[in-house]
Amino acid sequence: MSQAHDNYYVPAQSIWPIVGAVGLFLIASGAGFTVQQLDSEQGWGVWVLSLGVVVIIAMLFGWFGNVIQESMSGLYSEQMDRSFRQGMSWFIFSEVMFFAAFFGALFYARMIAVPWLGGASNNAMTAEVLWPEFEAIWPLIKTPDGTTTQAMGWMGLPLINTLILVTSSITLHFAHVGMEKDQRKPLKLWLFITLVLGFAFLVLQVEEYIHAYQEMGLTLDSGIYGNTFFLLTGFHGMHVTLGVIILTVMFLRILKGHFTGKQHFGFMAASWYWHFVDVVWLLLFVFVYIL
Amino acid sequence: MSSISDVQIDHDDHHHAPPKGLMRWVLTTNHKDIGSMYLWFSFAMFLTGGAMAMVIRAELFQPGLQFVEPNFFNQMTTVHGLIMVFGAVMPAFTGLANWLIPMMIGAPDMALPRMNNWSFWILPFAFAILLASLFMEGGGPNFGWTFYAPLSTTYAPDSVALFVFSVHIMGISSIMGAINVIVTIMNMRAPGMTYMKLPLFVWTWLITAFLLIAVMPVLAGVVTMVLTDKFFGTSFFDAAGGGDPVLFQHIFWFFGHPEVYIMILPSFGIISAIVPAFSRKKLFGYASMVYATASIAGLSFIVWAHHMFTTGMPVQAELFFMYCTMLISVPTGVKVFNWVATMWRGAISFETPMLFALAFIVLFTIGGFSGLMLAITPVDFQYHDTYFVVAHFHYVLVSGAIFSIMAACYFWLPKWTGKMYDEGLAKLHFWCSLISVNVLFFPMHFLGLGGMPRRIPDYALQFADVNAIVSLGGFAFGLSQLIFLAVVIKCIRGGEPTTAKPWEGAEGLEWDLLPAKAPYHSFSTPPEVK
Repeated sequence: MSQAHDNYYVPAQSIWPIVGAVGLFLIASGAGFTVQQLDSEQGWGVWVLSLGVVVIIAMLFGWFGNVIQESMSGLYSEQMDRSFRQGMSWFIFSEVMFFAAFFGALFYARMIAVPWLGGASNNAMTAEVLWPEFEAIWPLIKTPDGTTTQAMGWMGLPLINTLILVTSSITLHFAHVGMEKDQRKPLKLWLFITLVLGFAFLVLQVEEYIHAYQEMGLTLDSGIYGNTFFLLTGFHGMHVTLGVIILTVMFLRILKGHFTGKQHFGFMAASWYWHFVDVVWLLLFVFVYIL
Repeated sequence: MSSISDVQIDHDDHHHAPPKGLMRWVLTTNHKDIGSMYLWFSFAMFLTGGAMAMVIRAELFQPGLQFVEPNFFNQMTTVHGLIMVFGAVMPAFTGLANWLIPMMIGAPDMALPRMNNWSFWILPFAFAILLASLFMEGGGPNFGWTFYAPLSTTYAPDSVALFVFSVHIMGISSIMGAINVIVTIMNMRAPGMTYMKLPLFVWTWLITAFLLIAVMPVLAGVVTMVLTDKFFGTSFFDAAGGGDPVLFQHIFWFFGHPEVYIMILPSFGIISAIVPAFSRKKLFGYASMVYATASIAGLSFIVWAHHMFTTGMPVQAELFFMYCTMLISVPTGVKVFNWVATMWRGAISFETPMLFALAFIVLFTIGGFSGLMLAITPVDFQYHDTYFVVAHFHYVLVSGAIFSIMAACYFWLPKWTGKMYDEGLAKLHFWCSLISVNVLFFPMHFLGLGGMPRRIPDYALQFADVNAIVSLGGFAFGLSQLIFLAVVIKCIRGGEPTTAKPWEGAEGLEWDLLPAKAPYHSFSTPPEVK
């Protein structure tokens, strides 16, 4: 590489990774036991899980606290900033591939599994013998074993939610511009609007789930349509929740006077994450709701 | 050159001696400490998974049920596979990457040292969960390491929930490790270390890291679907709800096929370092090696369904996956050709790393050829799920990946410890391993061609003699690995002090610029690479 190498800061020993390892251990084993105990009276697994979450939250405070302190005291060079940026980009790429698995399942179900159950390709006899009544349509409102449901339309709440998320991406971009120009007032204002929009999206999403469960009979277990619908929108919703939390932390840090126009990796990573979540929603809107 | 290294040593001795005691290892952010922990963890898992293989071979020593219940036999094959893939081979490569990449590119450490510690320390916890599930009511995972639905959903024991979450942690560990490797290579190369000057081990790991980040999340996705199918009433893999059990295989092998290259590409890098060193020649065709590695990685994304020829795919799909799979033999052939061409007219000497590398080239190629046979769709109809498949992937994974890891350990052990291992004992380890691994796996080809199915605790009488031989080979191979442990311990505790460059043909920053024992922090100021 041609750039001059500044000294690369290698942190000394740290307690936080091992705390995080114990936290993840508690979460994983706790979640495992919780799932196993879903039908039984004793539910101690959920306590292990909760303890794990508490440990991880403590770890995040401690770890990020260290990083912020080091960053504020000027230990980080330009080269380290590049490491962080590249690390975040690859992390987002891994998230893309996680969603790809579920989109893959959706496409396979729509293009192959459901049509074949209806007799497409060389499956005419199988369909005739196993489920002669079955109709291969999408959204699959009646499964081969007879579970029925309704399809979620794209007008109404989903459309409003799309507009909200797209707008929030734009407002966040304005906030970013404010950050780069060191204009703190518009930065705070646009970021605040973004947070309000993100929160509104989550409220409406919960509203939609309640509507689906109580009025439409569309649930997680109503066949492959409900499965893909809830897992895709559910994981997306979890990512929006995380994004709102991250942006809230960024907002608080900005109120405390952190970041400068040149040095604001934390804010930029949060903003990249938010835009990524937004793009996933657009794909969801097209492939889960409209088509 | 030497002046740089002198400055380096002084600097390090004064300021950064490693802390003492257990907490050094728990809290460390040092790439060498973390690399060592990965390697020891990997070896512990290798012995654990190996012990399970011994149970399998003991049961199969004679026809009929001898020692274990069929359900326990299934748990042994499953957990043996999971441990060897996720606990032995992958962590060993990550350990080697940690130790070697910063030294090879002239970096002070990995790019994200604290995350590096986290990537390692979540692994023992993940395997604690997996192993603990063996002792639970209903038993541990018994559906094969590929956990096909509906074996892992409808018919699985309840402990599948713990299996799912432990796989999640393994995945998080691999992804973080891979991000660290990729960022280190892209951002921390010393001035003048351009991409086409990178040692091939670094190149192969760069591409491996990309594969890991691309496919480990897909594994996370598919285990999540298994979890919801089993416990939350979804029907991704259930035709009655509009899903398809074959969908599981598609998603799993979309992860699974790049995964097998994740377990072999770093081997290619290791062999490409060792063969030139002991042939005292430059590597033949460096650039073609880089392109071949990248091609293999690219092709690995479009061949996954060759694991599924017997699931009743349309014939066009079978042909597409057959031809794509065969295409992989072209870049792989380029590699084998280059290694052989490197040795051509070289002044070859046969120290232990070279012996393992030579065995790798021959035995991995045998595994490659049997892979080529399996790639032929109509032929695979006969071989599918027989011991021929078991023979194939053990040739590429044991005498391929594991042999290359052994070669790497012997090759770089002097640099890690500053001491030389016992060459005689190491050669004993090599010859015992070489002979026993072939007694163990070669006859499996014939068992498979004869029709013996895999993953079954009993077999027809005509397979008895060959199975007895295979089992004897298995026990011998297992015992031989204890020699390896002895060599390493003997080297660390009382090996002869060695020089900065014990292999005269070796090349690279770690041999040229660092003292016999690489200091705790190698390149606090990056060296200039000409």
